[in-house]
Amino acid sequence: MFDIAIDWTPIVLSLRLATVTTLILLFLGTPLAWWLAHTSCWCKTLIEAVVALPLVLPPTVLGFYLLLTLGPYGLVGGLWLLLTGGHLAFTFTGLVIGSVIFSLPFVVHPLQNAFQTIGKRPLEVAATLRAAPLDRFFTVVVPLARPGFLTAAILTFAHTIGEFGVVLMIGGSIPGKTQVLSISIYEQVERLEFQQVHWLAGALLLFSFLSLLILYSINKRLY
Amino acid sequence: MAVRGQFHLQQGHFVLDVNFHLPDQGITAVFGPSGCGKTTLIRCVAGLERALGFLKVNGHCWQDESRHFFLPTYQRALGYVFQEASLFPHLSVVKNLEYGFHRIPPQQRYVIFEEVVTFLGITSLLYRKPECLSGGERQRVALARALLTSPQLLLMDEPLAALDADSKAEILPYLEKLHEQLAIPVLYITHTMLEVMHLADTLLVIEQGRVVSSGALTAVLTQLDLPLAHTYDAGVVIEAKVVEHDEYFHLTYLNYSGGRLSLRRENLPLGQKVRVVVNAKDVSLAIENEVSSSILNIFPTTILEIVEDSPGQIMIKLDARGTLLLARITKKSMVLLKLQIGMLVYARVKSVALL
Repeated sequence: MFDIAIDWTPIVLSLRLATVTTLILLFLGTPLAWWLAHTSCWCKTLIEAVVALPLVLPPTVLGFYLLLTLGPYGLVGGLWLLLTGGHLAFTFTGLVIGSVIFSLPFVVHPLQNAFQTIGKRPLEVAATLRAAPLDRFFTVVVPLARPGFLTAAILTFAHTIGEFGVVLMIGGSIPGKTQVLSISIYEQVERLEFQQVHWLAGALLLFSFLSLLILYSINKRLY
Repeated sequence: MAVRGQFHLQQGHFVLDVNFHLPDQGITAVFGPSGCGKTTLIRCVAGLERALGFLKVNGHCWQDESRHFFLPTYQRALGYVFQEASLFPHLSVVKNLEYGFHRIPPQQRYVIFEEVVTFLGITSLLYRKPECLSGGERQRVALARALLTSPQLLLMDEPLAALDADSKAEILPYLEKLHEQLAIPVLYITHTMLEVMHLADTLLVIEQGRVVSSGALTAVLTQLDLPLAHTYDAGVVIEAKVVEHDEYFHLTYLNYSGGRLSLRRENLPLGQKVRVVVNAKDVSLAIENEVSSSILNIFPTTILEIVEDSPGQIMIKLDARGTLLLARITKKSMVLLKLQIGMLVYARVKSVALL
């Protein structure tokens, strides 16, 4: 039973994709969530709806539009080609861009909630204690929003590991470049290589379960 | 004048339109009903709201909209005590205190950390989390945290309003002690007359976003064209000094600028400065100084003003050798005694309440 050779490439690729996506999303999602939590702009509802779109769109639809945009004749892909001479569709960079958009609500929602729960008062207090804006953010908002940040990071990471449709549409299945875990499983099922699938699917199931378990126990402890 | 300001701010239907100046030390109570704009006013002073107008503190300009100058809150040397507990829940008491203290350059500090902590009696609380403190303890920590920023101006937004009666009684002595020692101007928001009488030197009365009166405490309290002088508890505050204890009659004598007051024996050291309240309803008037009265506190006064208080009731403003008093009497007594402005009468004070 242990003599089976596990191909680690898709696993490593999935982990890399999830890590990069999570980091980029925390970086981009935090200011967006902050803005949504505090703005009274008329366009807030519009932006919120756009951010939530990936939750309801079939991944293939999102993937289709992303493929068009990221392709060499698309707006972003064309610009990328012009600037770097490289392609976005069917590359790891393309996958990252797709994953970032696909997982956006998983970062923005928990953070926006956390920021709204904190409210303005702690920031005003910090301001009267001479803390400048960035100082206030890192010494007051970040520690108070810690459950929100943890939720965002864990959800995004797990969600990226588990995505399939979008990745298949814009990345295809190039081993070592875009063939992530979920796609590798799909292809092995197609080839009826069930033994390897059992290992990978089981590991993925366990990983997802553990992520959620950690998430819920953190939230229970912190809230 | 240490603090001068003028603000105009419109928020929906509410308009704040105030012009004020505060002396360079002492407590100015901002008094008025809820919703009158008291909180909005000190939020403007703190820079938490941006109004039109200007603000100068100790010669430093904090805001001048005529040249679009606005110092953000974190650059204003102020301390702010909020109405509800505003301690950072993720930090211990000592970290809360240090939050502001450490952000002040050492050469700008005029308070010593340990002294403030001792002064407010929070030494034993330093390593607790805010959630483990009582309401009164939290407000004391919040006050210490504000003082530790070595402010040029202290703002307090109804610091006792959210507390129960016991916690109020616990904090008030600290505020009185602070009042004696603090050499900076304090803006103290309240809608409770008792707090005004305990703490205020100056009074700023606000109604519907406008200053309706401002000035020394007694001058404003005795302003008969204001509703303050017509409340049930209308009266004056007299600052006095303990001069003698009479053990035989169980009395304590106080000297004030207009004479001597006696009240029931209080356990106070000689020389102690105290405040007493003389309510208008406890003052009656007589044309002659009857020695045969049971009342001990009788002062010769001159009638300054006579105003109708409520049906059948008259409010009279008196000058007792420089100290103002209010007396509430019936219209019938006024007619029978033929009271008129400028007349000399004897004010008989039935009870004097020590604050």
